[in-house]
Amino acid sequence: MSNTATNPIIEIKDLNKWYGDFHALTDINLSVNLGERIVICGPSGSGKSTLIRCINRLEAHQKGLLQVDGIEVHDRMKNVEKLRADVGMVFQHFNLFPHMTILDNCTAAPRYVLGQDQQTAEAKAMELLERVKIPQQANKFPSQLSGGQQQRVAIARSLCMDPSIMLFDEPTSALDPEMVSEVLDTMVDLAQSGMTMLGVTHEMGFARKVADRVIFMDEGKIVEENDPETFFTKPKHPRTIDFLSQILQH
Amino acid sequence: MYQDTVVEDKLLHKPAFLAGLFAIAFIVAYYMDFSQGLIGHLLSPVHGTPEESGVLGRFNSAFFVALLFTLNLFAISFLPFRQQVLVVWLELLALFLGFFFTFDLSMEFIQKKIWFMISKGLATTLYISAISITIATVLALIGAVAKLSSNGFAYGIASFYTSFFRGVPLLMQVYLIYLGMPQMGFVIDAVPAGILALSLCYGAYMTEIFRAGIQSIGQGQWEGARALGFGFGQMMRRIILPQSIPLIIPPTGNQFIAMLKDSTLVSTIGVIELMFLARTLGNKTFNHMEMLITAALIYWLLSIVLEVIQSRIERHYKQSTSR
Repeated sequence: MSNTATNPIIEIKDLNKWYGDFHALTDINLSVNLGERIVICGPSGSGKSTLIRCINRLEAHQKGLLQVDGIEVHDRMKNVEKLRADVGMVFQHFNLFPHMTILDNCTAAPRYVLGQDQQTAEAKAMELLERVKIPQQANKFPSQLSGGQQQRVAIARSLCMDPSIMLFDEPTSALDPEMVSEVLDTMVDLAQSGMTMLGVTHEMGFARKVADRVIFMDEGKIVEENDPETFFTKPKHPRTIDFLSQILQH
Repeated sequence: MYQDTVVEDKLLHKPAFLAGLFAIAFIVAYYMDFSQGLIGHLLSPVHGTPEESGVLGRFNSAFFVALLFTLNLFAISFLPFRQQVLVVWLELLALFLGFFFTFDLSMEFIQKKIWFMISKGLATTLYISAISITIATVLALIGAVAKLSSNGFAYGIASFYTSFFRGVPLLMQVYLIYLGMPQMGFVIDAVPAGILALSLCYGAYMTEIFRAGIQSIGQGQWEGARALGFGFGQMMRRIILPQSIPLIIPPTGNQFIAMLKDSTLVSTIGVIELMFLARTLGNKTFNHMEMLITAALIYWLLSIVLEVIQSRIERHYKQSTSR
């Protein structure tokens, strides 16, 4: 993890993906440096989620190069589990395990994937639940928590694996409005700790506050890429201008 | 399940419905003619002895029976749910026993043979069922995983297996294994042959149950596990199967009960289990009914035990997954 700015932790070159005949991602080029925070936005169906799901190989790409931490991600790769253990992911619908307590949700992967003993895993989990401010819920089941709390647990669960990168796939879009901020606070806190983050979100306030770069995608292509200040105040591409006016007018 | 919050008027509290019920009960009772039995005797002060009461006796008895029936239902309708269930069970049970006693069973004969039936027949039945259920569960788990696999060999073998063993009558499988295996040079005893047939057949049915249970777990759970770095085995064991079990249990309980009763089929190849004894013990003295009814009750009791175990397990999982 001694990558420097010249040695990006994620390297994507001419990435292409099809669903049957549908060209989902077209010639994506992107590199992410260690500690960088990138927000991807764009209209629905533009391929944002697909792109970040390619990074931990939940989706397969058909053409181009994708490297994570120097290891190429491709269909014959060995140890995809090792890649995934190192890349945390937070989903729109949390995907917590409903049959396990909050604590067990957090300790499952460290115990069964990394082989940690229960005590170590639980100590670490409690520390992270503390950090996302819900240690008192540790022995409850996911269904007993609010959406915002569940999403914070999901973040803590990913962090228990000590990932080098965190991916966020629309982490606040399934939440009630009053719960969005508690999740965003957690993400801001995470950003300030220096975590490399790559997230699909439409929370423009969050993007302004923490993002180093904002990427706008449309129809499977990266249309525009800039620092947040420039992106929001002087968007260049007509589609970006159109999109921003749509989401900011209310 | 959602129980509606609006309470409808009880059907049994509507006079028209009660009258209709009474009329139907009366017609049925009239055709069944209760005037010669116990009820006819009870009513003899009204219309004379059963023999000479004639149509009047028949009419009176039917009226009495229909009245008793309707009033009984009317009375039960006022009880709370649990007591209703209890009373209905007890009344049906009493009718059942009354029906059996009309066969004029020899209790003495039953008492003489029941111990042998239990120690020899029941033990064999339980032994065969328990082993078959265990093997079937293992086969089903392997079969379900194979049916979900992207490996053509695994899928091919598993789908051929379920197709054949679900498609051929179990009795046929019992014969095919018992009589067919020796043809291929494997002499097989009746008990292992029976166990093999039952395991293979029920393993095939349960494969489909397990497969459906596994497939019903939402994609988010699979992705959540994969994204954390779980390999296939750990994901199944820790994440997917524990969530499938509550869905799998009710139909699997069904299969266990069905297998317990289908174990009677191995009596056809001479295994001395409960059904075999039920058919043979009473032969010499023509006490067929005694043994058949005793065995029937034993099977029923065993099924009830399985039902209770199933509902216990269901309740256990309900508690741990919901609040």
